[in-house]
Amino acid sequence: MPETAYSPRPACPGRAPLLIKGNEAIVKGALLAGCRCYFGYPITPASEIAETASRDFPAVGGVFIQAESETAAMNMVYGAASAGVRTMTASSGPGISLMQEAVSYCAGSELPCVVVSIMRGGPGLGNIGPEQADYNQVVRIGGHGNYRTPVFAPSSGQEMCDLTMQAFEVADRYRTPVFVVADGFTGQMMEPVTFPDPLPEPPEKDWAVRADAATRKNLISSIFLDPDELEAHNRKLQAKFREIEENEALYDEYATDDAKIVVVAYGIVARVVRSAIHAARDEGIPVGLFRPVTLWPFPHRRLDELAGRAARLHVFELSCGQMIDDVRLAIHDRIPVGFHGRMGGNVPSVEECLEVIRKAAREGGVL
Amino acid sequence: MNSPVYEPFLQKPRSFYDTYERKSGIKEVTHYCPGCGHGELHKMIAEAIDEFEIADRTVLISPVGCSVFAYYYFDVGNVQAAHGRAPAVGTGVQRARPHSIVMSYQGDGDLAAIGLNEILQAANRGEKMVVFFVNNAIYGMTGGQMAPTTLPGMTTTTSPGGRKVEDSGAPLRMAELISQLEAPVYVARGALCSAKDISRTRRLVRKAMKVQVEGRGFAFVEVLSACPTGWGMTPPDSYQWIHEKMKPYFPLDVFVDRTDETFTAPAPKEPVPLEKYHEVMRIDSSDQLSFPPAQPLDPKYANPRLKIAGFGGQGVLLLGLGLAQCGMMEGRRVSWLPSYGPEMRGGTAHCHVNISDDEIGSPLVSQPTVLIAMNQPSLEKFESQVAARGLVLLNTSMISKRPDRDDLEVLDVAASEMAQKLGNPRAANMIMLGAYAGYTGMIGEKTIEAALGAIIKKRHLIELNVKAVAEGFALGRAARG
Repeated sequence: MPETAYSPRPACPGRAPLLIKGNEAIVKGALLAGCRCYFGYPITPASEIAETASRDFPAVGGVFIQAESETAAMNMVYGAASAGVRTMTASSGPGISLMQEAVSYCAGSELPCVVVSIMRGGPGLGNIGPEQADYNQVVRIGGHGNYRTPVFAPSSGQEMCDLTMQAFEVADRYRTPVFVVADGFTGQMMEPVTFPDPLPEPPEKDWAVRADAATRKNLISSIFLDPDELEAHNRKLQAKFREIEENEALYDEYATDDAKIVVVAYGIVARVVRSAIHAARDEGIPVGLFRPVTLWPFPHRRLDELAGRAARLHVFELSCGQMIDDVRLAIHDRIPVGFHGRMGGNVPSVEECLEVIRKAAREGGVL
Repeated sequence: MNSPVYEPFLQKPRSFYDTYERKSGIKEVTHYCPGCGHGELHKMIAEAIDEFEIADRTVLISPVGCSVFAYYYFDVGNVQAAHGRAPAVGTGVQRARPHSIVMSYQGDGDLAAIGLNEILQAANRGEKMVVFFVNNAIYGMTGGQMAPTTLPGMTTTTSPGGRKVEDSGAPLRMAELISQLEAPVYVARGALCSAKDISRTRRLVRKAMKVQVEGRGFAFVEVLSACPTGWGMTPPDSYQWIHEKMKPYFPLDVFVDRTDETFTAPAPKEPVPLEKYHEVMRIDSSDQLSFPPAQPLDPKYANPRLKIAGFGGQGVLLLGLGLAQCGMMEGRRVSWLPSYGPEMRGGTAHCHVNISDDEIGSPLVSQPTVLIAMNQPSLEKFESQVAARGLVLLNTSMISKRPDRDDLEVLDVAASEMAQKLGNPRAANMIMLGAYAGYTGMIGEKTIEAALGAIIKKRHLIELNVKAVAEGFALGRAARG
């Protein structure tokens, strides 16, 4: 299956939208997807996820534990995933750094789970403003060893719910940890969200350690002492990652049909740039938006197609330029790739983005 | 192995595998060194699992250390954990499968150094698990480095001149430490160095396992164990060393025993049926009202981008939320974004609201078409951002200075004074909401009343707020002339 254009879930008949924070929509989506165990540690700007989880998970008979650290939280996730239950945690950059140990163990032991990262300003303690500077941390992986993790990047309240639900499905399908990354704005923002029916209970996992006779012989482990066995294990993991690359890449587009300038942005930035593109189109600039909905696998084939008919690409990020590496790889650097980045919690205004687009159009000779 | 002479001695507990197929090399013997205590302790645990007939529901968490391969031997569910994290992993397993018997088996580096936080916190939460702690005063697996339990003066590969307490601190007494917590049900220390000690340790192990079978809570058994290889001694000398050196520092005792307290295991939680999910998660929208979209009194008021600002306590976030809720109930696209992060500099609270017939791009309002300014600093801060010929609602009760720009359309509302007259100056935000709706026609009056029911949690305040909205609405409508 080729890369897929993201299509929003069809509306649920009889269901009205509710005005809700993105962070809360994640929790609701997780529970509707059958997640039963939440382990977490508070951090701004992700704390509403833990707060909502502390109310909602016990309310449906699930588990909420406020762990002593992100390290412990992610290892609890490792435990619950070992036991075959859908499980999750959420944090922001500094906490995600601490979780990387157990994320690597989950990848090595092939344990499905969902980790939400609501990115803030870094490095170090940074600040609590919105940034996208943890792209490399989640997309290029932050733990040790040969592994990748699928990464969903919602840009609206509805997608916070829907992509979290999808993350659980992908996690189980491939037995892998999956990330959902958003920035502080998408987490704090309220938008109307229509919630679907809960998914049917997922089938019991035969490979898990469920504390019953059927799974007593099972072992969850990432140790392979023998070099050949570890190499074989790695090859098996790599084959799985290739399969994910083949099947799970998602993207969204706006006004790309005749675009000579293709702007690439994800998450909140894609929203801001979309408004700027709308205004630029009014000025006659042939510009469109390509939004990766999955950051890994990166939807490189479709972007390469668009690059084939464009004069240049322009990447907007809330970082010094991290996704831009994947953009350049995707198109083999065959056309110029410009960049506009803001940091520290600053988000470019629509007018600022519009000015960048005008300049790119002039320099690209597409006016 | 088939010799009938040896059979009675080689009888293994049933919850040990017959042969250790997960192990490389010889499948009949363990990977532990001669004289090591791990094998002895493994056997005691396995015997207890047999006795209580719990192998099917037992999950063993293997640590990092010499017992990293404990899963070679135990015929139970096995999960291998990262260094020091076994109690956190065990927490995850036990909480996910409440009927499980979870055993964490850890050495001194794993438990008392890198995993000190995890063990203390799991013990303090009273997790239903038993932790077996093998204290051999050294890092065995990595080749004899100093452990948190290494005795003062003891030579290891990382304390070549002997452990100096002034550099490395004194050895940690884990059983004593854990016995200080409220939750643990059973905390004891045994040793594996004589027939008498072995026999006593077997009883401690059995009791700790019984705590799990009864579902009472957290149990901890520390075991002083020989590491002849790491210590550079013969096994007999090692046992003697435990007697002479370790026992005086790590006394054998039962530190906590609450196993005779009356205890009733809590009833298992009933799962909530899926059809109840929306209701218990408070996302049931079946009673949400909807209204036909109100029509702006002038086309220029359509698709507003609003910035609402004031000082903390003026309810500007709720005012914005009310607008967004109304827009949504009228079937429009909306977004609401609070001031947050670096934006909060400057002492004003504000929020961004979009109400639109089209998909909303940026939720961030950098050029508002409408500014609702609740106090003077808000006007000064945001006046310059307002779009050309934009609308500004001024709370003239708090703002004496007029806008500098002459292209702006200004609606004066003495909101704080009007609210004061209604009996509560905090209702000024709702006066503004009403005034905006009445002046622009962008929101129906009935919609606001329904929206307030959805966003105001304190029911007794709804009546006052409805009144405030009505007054504001009338003022706005009158100002249109």
